[in-house]
Amino acid sequence: MSINDIQNDIISDFSLLDGDMEMTVLYVMELGQKMPVMPEASKTEDNIVKGCQSKVWLHASEKEGKIFFDADSNTAITKGLVSLLVRIFNGQKPEDILNSDLFFMQKIGMERFIGTQRSNGFLAMIKQIKMYALAFKAKQAI
Amino acid sequence: MATASLQKIDILKIREQFPILHQQVNGKPLIYFDNAATSQKPKSVIEKLNDYYLGYNANIHRGIHTLAEKATHAFEETRKSLQHFINSPSAEQIIFTKGVTESINLVAQSYAKTFLKAGDEIIISGLEHHSNIVPWQLACQATGAVIKVIPVLPDGTLDIESFHQLISDKTKLVAVNHASNSLGTINPIKEIISKAHTAGAVVLIDGAQAGAHLPIDVQTLDCDFYCLAGHKMYGPTGVGALYGKKELLEKMPPYQGGGEMIKEVSFAKTTYNDLPYKFEAGTPNIADVVAWKAAIDFIQDLGKENIAAHEHELLQHATDLVGNIPGVTLVGTAQEKVSVLSFVIKNIHPFDVGQMLDARGIAVRTGHHCTQPLMDHFGIEGTIRASFAVYNTKEEIDALTESLNRIINFLS
Repeated sequence: MSINDIQNDIISDFSLLDGDMEMTVLYVMELGQKMPVMPEASKTEDNIVKGCQSKVWLHASEKEGKIFFDADSNTAITKGLVSLLVRIFNGQKPEDILNSDLFFMQKIGMERFIGTQRSNGFLAMIKQIKMYALAFKAKQAI
Repeated sequence: MATASLQKIDILKIREQFPILHQQVNGKPLIYFDNAATSQKPKSVIEKLNDYYLGYNANIHRGIHTLAEKATHAFEETRKSLQHFINSPSAEQIIFTKGVTESINLVAQSYAKTFLKAGDEIIISGLEHHSNIVPWQLACQATGAVIKVIPVLPDGTLDIESFHQLISDKTKLVAVNHASNSLGTINPIKEIISKAHTAGAVVLIDGAQAGAHLPIDVQTLDCDFYCLAGHKMYGPTGVGALYGKKELLEKMPPYQGGGEMIKEVSFAKTTYNDLPYKFEAGTPNIADVVAWKAAIDFIQDLGKENIAAHEHELLQHATDLVGNIPGVTLVGTAQEKVSVLSFVIKNIHPFDVGQMLDARGIAVRTGHHCTQPLMDHFGIEGTIRASFAVYNTKEEIDALTESLNRIINFLS
């Protein structure tokens, strides 16, 4: 599935919550709980995303030209939020990640439930994902 | 705590005076439990602010016209009101600032930097807010003085025995809070002040968390400096006060230069204005100072002892209910507390709790509450803090308890 198709799926999933804040928060936490467990060995200092209020670990690996992500967080909501990014970007090609335009946050009204500070943290996660994509792209070019 | 002389507070009538409380947040009635960060403002404060801008906005002091006179009068009325509120011997010992942070910085920059020297000691406590730590660190960097810290005991009270040992002839200044913003602990400041005085040290009390909750009598306490924040006592944001003993304030150099604080200026020499104006350079926050008086009146009309009795009941109720939820650990269990309930929940991050509570219309604070050294002491990243004010009810605490149970069930 393309990055945009997955984003549209997420928008459609969230629309079922009808803007109910409590349901939304619970749903986001549930998404985090369902995310594959990140190996403890990957939770290194280097894999911590800088700029997040909570602790977020993000690790990327490459398989057949595609990038796969592991992630975790010490807070349930942030874990749910990062799981959305993992869902979107897992198995995508580096150039598709680099060229992607994320529009789902606005459509699901994310800022309304995560606030300004966490929004900045979320942007830091996206930046980190794109940095991984850039690094893998550079590696492929060699 | 309750005695026959106390008057039962009519909460519904009080809540009518706070329009902001009557709203839905995320589809639920707002429950505001973040009062230690800032309290809400009664209509009288908002109206006074409005009246000032609609009727007599003018720059104060020196103005010859009617509006300037009216504004000056109203501004100085707040000073007098504060004088009575804390029983200061005179109004000129009340200096208006932006808040407690600026009040402490004023003393650190003016008093400490001038009168402290290398090797002198400043004693603070392990319960302090960053605003009662960092200004002293800056003063120490400039003078070579050093900071000593009164340790905190497991129940969140200060280790007063250690304090007695820390005091020596090197101690020149002691700065502690009246009540802790993170845990609610009320500190034995009278004992601290009198012990510090035996060593010849001056004492600054950070009264940010006391203004709305505890009786304050600077003469009985015999403190040298006392700091207040308007917005934590039902008043506007951006205003605070510093009380100081006259002989200290008089020998302190100005903190900032500018208009208002001078007597005469020439390029060769400037003579400074008298107290309190020496420390009030520039146009102050006139409107908010003027409106602060309405907040003081609000507290005085209700009676601080009546407010304290109501808040004590709320704290007791919350301690019983929240403290008994499986998985909850209260942080700070001192006998004497202002209405602050700090707690952690096993295996659940405070941010998640805060967010879930917000989704249910309940405003609490989560994190380190600007007291990172204290959090380090307890080995935690932060707490969930519910802090109560006079307009809060037991029913609201019941709703908090129910929500906490829901969150714990979902996340564990």
